[in-house]
Amino acid sequence: MTGIVGYGTKIPRYRIKVEEIAKVWGADAPTYKRGLNLNEKSVPAPDEDCATLSVNATLNALKRAKIDPADIGAVYVGSESHPYAVKPTGTIVSEAIGACPYVHTADLEFACKAGTEGMFIALNLVKSGAVPYALAIGADTSQGAPGDALEYSAAAGAAAFIMGTDNLIAELKDTHCYMTDTPDFWRREYKHYPEHGGRFTGAPAYFKHVTGAVDAILGKTNMKPEDFKYVIFHQPNGKFPVLVAKKLGFTEQQYLPGLLSPTLGNTYSGSSPMGFAATLDIAKPGELILLISYGSGAGSDAFIFETTKKIDEVRDLAPMLRTQLDEHKIYIEYGTYAKFRKKILLPN
Amino acid sequence: MRKLAIIGIGLIKWGELWEKSMRQIAAEAVYKCLEDAGTDRIDAMTIGNMSGGLFNGQEHLSSLIPDHMGRKNIPAMRIESACASGGMAVRTACLEVASGFSDYAIAVGVEKMTDISGNEATYALATAADQDYEAFHGVTFPGLYAMMAKAHMDRYGTTREQLSSVVIKNHYNGSLNPNAQFPFKITSDQVLKSPMVSDPLRLLDCSPITDGAAAVLITTLEEAKKLKKQPVLISGIGHASDSIALSSRKDLLKLEAVELSTNKALEMAGKSIKDIDFAEVHDCFSIAEIMILEALGVVAPGDGGKASSDGLTGLNGGFPVNPSGGLKSKGHPVGATGVAQICEAVTQLRGEAGKRQLKNIRTGLTQNMGGSAGSSVVHILEVI
Repeated sequence: MTGIVGYGTKIPRYRIKVEEIAKVWGADAPTYKRGLNLNEKSVPAPDEDCATLSVNATLNALKRAKIDPADIGAVYVGSESHPYAVKPTGTIVSEAIGACPYVHTADLEFACKAGTEGMFIALNLVKSGAVPYALAIGADTSQGAPGDALEYSAAAGAAAFIMGTDNLIAELKDTHCYMTDTPDFWRREYKHYPEHGGRFTGAPAYFKHVTGAVDAILGKTNMKPEDFKYVIFHQPNGKFPVLVAKKLGFTEQQYLPGLLSPTLGNTYSGSSPMGFAATLDIAKPGELILLISYGSGAGSDAFIFETTKKIDEVRDLAPMLRTQLDEHKIYIEYGTYAKFRKKILLPN
Repeated sequence: MRKLAIIGIGLIKWGELWEKSMRQIAAEAVYKCLEDAGTDRIDAMTIGNMSGGLFNGQEHLSSLIPDHMGRKNIPAMRIESACASGGMAVRTACLEVASGFSDYAIAVGVEKMTDISGNEATYALATAADQDYEAFHGVTFPGLYAMMAKAHMDRYGTTREQLSSVVIKNHYNGSLNPNAQFPFKITSDQVLKSPMVSDPLRLLDCSPITDGAAAVLITTLEEAKKLKKQPVLISGIGHASDSIALSSRKDLLKLEAVELSTNKALEMAGKSIKDIDFAEVHDCFSIAEIMILEALGVVAPGDGGKASSDGLTGLNGGFPVNPSGGLKSKGHPVGATGVAQICEAVTQLRGEAGKRQLKNIRTGLTQNMGGSAGSSVVHILEVI
């Protein structure tokens, strides 16, 4: 058996509301709130980055997995906000959690799909028997250009999953990928902010690939939407995942537990993995969960997991995602946000 | 001058056609047109296109388009008059046939607008305004039409509800048009809740950015009679220009080019506006349709808003306007719009418009304009 032995998340405490951003740019806040189903988003503190979020999420995952971190044979960090252009985030994380030195690591990038890319590799690596445990992280301090539509959603957060072959809390039932060369969103070298194709990011990009991955995995496994207790989609905003869920025949009861973007924003590589973690927080043993990521460029990974009895034992060993999302929030104004996110040019 | 007839029309479904290139959609419209006409003869081609250069980085459509459809040796030319490029292409094809230079001239309108960002498209469109006296100062078309709307409201008491009535009517018509980009109805509440673009114009007062193409095949009335399809006569053509900048006009609310081009077309057809049964007009913004109604002489200056909200221009009104859904609902691929207006008028006059078919019609008018009516072209079409 292959699957998850521990999972953990990390969300920064700071939040900025859609109204606060819209006020600065003279934009119509109700249009964004209604049109994109967004209310507020998380903001990383000045001392938080992709590496710290990854480490914190992993420490929570280790609390649930109760394994020796030195037994982790592989660490994959998926992000589009790696602190260094050249120098791995994976080494920072591996060192901080105590996995060094006998560990393989790689930083991954595939827009918002980098997190599930790591999950895909880690799951297959433990399945092959090459390593006893493999760690996959989706983490981002997402970038959105000031004034751009992305600024209302680009958020920060991380989810970490430790994969193994026994003492599983969720067993992997199947996976399927769907990928084409579709340039809907990108960031060129030396650019601070990503660019996107506007409405092109919708039908031919997000919807085509998410639908393609779901259709493929349902066809492969001969399953139907109603066979699943929960479903989690990538969440670039609050609107797309709801639209695609309805189009594919999933119900609110299935997608709402994992829908975080209305109050979290889009944590890019962390997005669907965090929705998955929020779902594991409430799932009962023996429930089927369908997870579908999406990364611009573009592709979707689909996973089917089934929770085991062990999920009840580990759930309370680390902070729940909704607790981090809904409690102890600190709201900031745009000026503070601009300072935290280094949007103000300083001398030197 | 030889008498002119339309013997074929070709229109494709408009929208965000990301899977297709400009040359493909132009070719599709031409093939549909030739199939409709029942002939594959093309002696000359005119191509209405506003800005292949800025939208697609592609000029020289006079070579590109015929070549792609396997007609590389025909004389072809691209016609540009901003958003009136399509109407001007039809007019030029008419001149080609009327003069005896060609017997079969096809007018193709094409614009591929969604392959660039909204900001880039806005910039491209704003090149139809006066670069020195308008665009340079930051105003784009929603701003220019908003000024006209404000002035219309101020002088004539035109209301927000009257502006909305144009939009609601055109979307209702468009909901019956399978080729429309936005074939759905909208409510007054939706208009009022749509984002403000330039006060008083909201998002739903504005026509969209669209990929689309259309084609019409023109020949002489004599030739047309040899073909199976019932021809539609082009009895009037009017064309006029006006100052490009609004600031150069004596009256902000007088669309002089529209008025002059309409009068010329009516005079050529030997008709008055009372003889016209319906019109396809250039509703790039809700206020535009109201002002065009006045410039055509359908109603007195200042009465356009009330006429719209009273239902004069509805499918069952006394003077139906934009049965196709207009630019607002059908879409506005700028170079294709003027050609598509002719397609709709022909469809209506043939009695092939399905659920949006107008009753008891014999004569229709199409009006297509560039920018803030710096140029305008009008055609009058009749059942033979």
